[in-house]
Amino acid sequence: MSKFRKKGKGELPAISTASLPDIVFMLLFFFMVATVMRDSSLMIENILPSADQVEKLKKDRTIFIYAGKPSSQFSQFGKEPRIQFNDAFISVEDVKPSILTGIAELNEELQSKVVVGLKVDKNTNAGLVSDIKQELRKANALKVMYIANAKLEE
Amino acid sequence: MAKRSAPEVNAGSMADIAFLLLIFFLVTTTIEKDKGLLRSLPPIDDSEVEPPIIKQKNLFTVLINRHNQLLVEDEEMQLKDLRQAAIEFLDNGGSTNAAGESCTYCKGKRDESSSDHPDKAIISMKHDRETTYEKYMDVQNELVAAYNTLREREAQRLFNRSFKSMLEEKEKNQFKKDEKLNEQIETVKKLFPLKLSEAEPDKN
Repeated sequence: MSKFRKKGKGELPAISTASLPDIVFMLLFFFMVATVMRDSSLMIENILPSADQVEKLKKDRTIFIYAGKPSSQFSQFGKEPRIQFNDAFISVEDVKPSILTGIAELNEELQSKVVVGLKVDKNTNAGLVSDIKQELRKANALKVMYIANAKLEE
Repeated sequence: MAKRSAPEVNAGSMADIAFLLLIFFLVTTTIEKDKGLLRSLPPIDDSEVEPPIIKQKNLFTVLINRHNQLLVEDEEMQLKDLRQAAIEFLDNGGSTNAAGESCTYCKGKRDESSSDHPDKAIISMKHDRETTYEKYMDVQNELVAAYNTLREREAQRLFNRSFKSMLEEKEKNQFKKDEKLNEQIETVKKLFPLKLSEAEPDKN
């Protein structure tokens, strides 16, 4: 029965690597999808208030300012709400220079359309927000977006 | 018996599995987009121009105290009633605007003691330093909602479509400007101009 005669001496065939690229692509896609781009890590608690009359934000012309209580791993900064810009806590007086440098880093044609996104924790005092707004007026950055979670229609 | 060689595993379906996963993640992810209330701050004005006198009846005052209580037109109010109260105030149309035109589109009570015209009606909001930001946003939201409701009504009446859809269409075609649509949006906005002033909280 020559039809069923074994070829060779029964060596194990090499494991096919044809599927390796697929596995790699799979991983690649997974990480592409699961990654959230975040430019500054938050050092404060940041639970946004909710609102239902919201508009979308144009990211390319926005500078973010965060405010809220320092989160638990930064508790050495005290319990009072602080302002965070990029990666550092800043004081109220520093808002204006920070915003001006932020504007300078933007695209030239967008500089006049700059919007300041305020991501403020909902348990912050509104007084701090009005301090920030006062500084923004001094910096002549007059468009402000109070970032909020979209509330579901009831 | 000779050692049997292991059959090669068919890898042809691997690509299908990968695509399946890819499509699954594509479908389930939502790209988070920040949303919020867009407001303009008044520029700092150093000139010593006497501010125009605004009649008390054209002012709708909203105060929030440090205990997050709401005082609207000197009466305590619940947040849920604020929207309706603001709509009634804006839509009152009791008299004429600066140009002497009376508000033909207002559907309010035309009460002499309330606002004259949407052009003149100003909502003034003041909060305490200790008010929580959440409450502040809630109030802002309700007041913006009052304007949006009225604009929505006018858009339906004039152009038979919703104001929201007009804005969305404008957003979608931001690179090829639709003059007619922009004009319509401006018309609606002009009927109920957003006049929301915010006083600075007292320092203490």
